Amino acid sequence: MIEIKNLKKSFGSKEVLKGVNAVLEDGKCNLIIGSSGSGKTVFMKCMVGLIKPTEGEVLYDGKDFIHISLEEKKEIRKQIGMLFQGSALFDSQTVGDNIMFPLHMFTNDKLSAKKDRVREVLKRVNLQEDAYGKFPSEISGGMQKRVALARAIVLNPRYLFCDEPNSGLDPQTSIVIDKLIQEITQEYDITTIVNTHDMNSVMEIGDHIIYMHQGEKEWEGNNKDIIFSKSEKLNDFIFASEFLKDAKNMRNIKETGELPDDISDDIKEAIEEKFNIDLDGDGIVGSE
Amino acid sequence: MKIIREFGGFIQMFGGMFRAPENKKMFWNQFMLQCKDIGVGSLGIIVIISTFIGAVSTLQTAYQLVSPIIPKETIAQIVRDTVILEFAPTLGCIVLAGVVGSKIASELGNMRVSEQIDALEIMGINTKNYLILPKILAGTLTIPMLIVIAMVLGIWGGRLAGSAAGIIDPTIYDKGLILGFNPYNVYFALIKSFVFAFLITAIPSFYGYNVKGGALEIGLQSTRAVVVSCVLLLFADYILSALLL
Ligand SMILES: Nc1ncnc2c1ncn2[C@@H]1O[C@H](COP(=O)(O)OP(=O)(O)OP(=O)(O)O)[C@@H](O)[C@H]1O
Ligand SMILES: [Mg+2]
Repeated sequence: MIEIKNLKKSFGSKEVLKGVNAVLEDGKCNLIIGSSGSGKTVFMKCMVGLIKPTEGEVLYDGKDFIHISLEEKKEIRKQIGMLFQGSALFDSQTVGDNIMFPLHMFTNDKLSAKKDRVREVLKRVNLQEDAYGKFPSEISGGMQKRVALARAIVLNPRYLFCDEPNSGLDPQTSIVIDKLIQEITQEYDITTIVNTHDMNSVMEIGDHIIYMHQGEKEWEGNNKDIIFSKSEKLNDFIFASEFLKDAKNMRNIKETGELPDDISDDIKEAIEEKFNIDLDGDGIVGSE
Repeated sequence: MKIIREFGGFIQMFGGMFRAPENKKMFWNQFMLQCKDIGVGSLGIIVIISTFIGAVSTLQTAYQLVSPIIPKETIAQIVRDTVILEFAPTLGCIVLAGVVGSKIASELGNMRVSEQIDALEIMGINTKNYLILPKILAGTLTIPMLIVIAMVLGIWGGRLAGSAAGIIDPTIYDKGLILGFNPYNVYFALIKSFVFAFLITAIPSFYGYNVKGGALEIGLQSTRAVVVSCVLLLFADYILSALLL
């Protein structure tokens, strides 16, 4: 469990985080969502200590991560796995060596045991064995993400951070990565924090969602509540596309029984067809 | 102002560097890798330039010493001393600043920009210790060795060119080589190359490690690293010559 208390960060006079409080629980995918520039990456980097916050506390299972000694910090870091936005694979090393790296660094296992472990995690992220000897530049972006995820989990971390795990991936591959993150989280009961602005992931794996707006926590909840949230800003964010606006309209129809004025004829027809209803009266007239 | 800030950052870089490595074996591997990269990797260029420099300095010395009262052996003496004192360590290291320095700066810059350094930090690794220190140690070990090779090859190149052009007979050249030889010169050249080696590995490490931004910035910083290393190298050359000769 990670607790964040009144976290603030400014760059010069620019206040990026304005006092965020949050509790990120074990065994759940904690999603941090928000539009570009809302401070998600800064928030995550403050949590893992890559950026020093101006004020506030980050507690890892009760231990204050910011004000402890370097040695203690290292101990916690060994329990952190992080998947970076750009994968951050060591490009001078093969896929196998990349995943092997944390094992070499922090364990005294025999080489054969390490190799077994690497094969195990490669399989866990659905990568073929023949990826083992390839260099990062020789595999696709989606595969790089998976290799990076494999490297992040090879030491069985207690905390897993993923910064935009599916940016630059097609929707199908994104879902595969999302599912993988979710399974790993539940399987090992770890605390997972995912930065994303992908609504697919939000609906798919959002056990606990924090919506950030201009450096502040604007809304908190799960993927079941999110589409019914009352926050204007969050609604603007999740219903940003025309299609989703229509979905929002449908939601309103369902809730109020009234048709919004700006609904297009096409959508009206589609809704009528889909739900086998007649919308021409004052609201929902016919139904099956 | 910027210079002072950069110098402060440079000094600061050493603050975190001298800690016990997380894993001695990995540190050693990294050190050996750097020795191979820096030492073996620059051997080719050092062989080529030192041989030619020796050859050219024989020809030019002979051209300048036209008087019949000066014995031919003097040519060998002059070539020997200039190669040992100046050409091998200073010119050699300036070339290495370009070869090794830009490689170090761009390698670290790329690791910074692509968040590989952050990835290492997250794992709990002291990246200054793991990435920078092996480069500086490997440089200060292998570059003086390269410079010794450059001295030998420079003198040999001079001998070759002298006899090929019919300026000086190899036996006379050899006689000149031992004439009034002062071993202190070699010692001085080694001190110089040690200091230069430190400069051309530490300065590019600093610039590379602190790259901010993107790919363009990597190029700018590595150029800057090479320029600053070369200038400081020549400055150090002057100071050392004034102090030690
Ligand atoms: N090192 C820095 N120096 C100055 N300003 C910064 C720095 N890092 C981030 N910022 C500012 O902080 C704000 C939040 O940036 P951040 O990268 O956290 O956004 P984000 O929510 O992750 O966006 P995205 O979804 O595009 O990744 C931005 O306005 C950015 O300009
Ligand atoms: Mg971001």
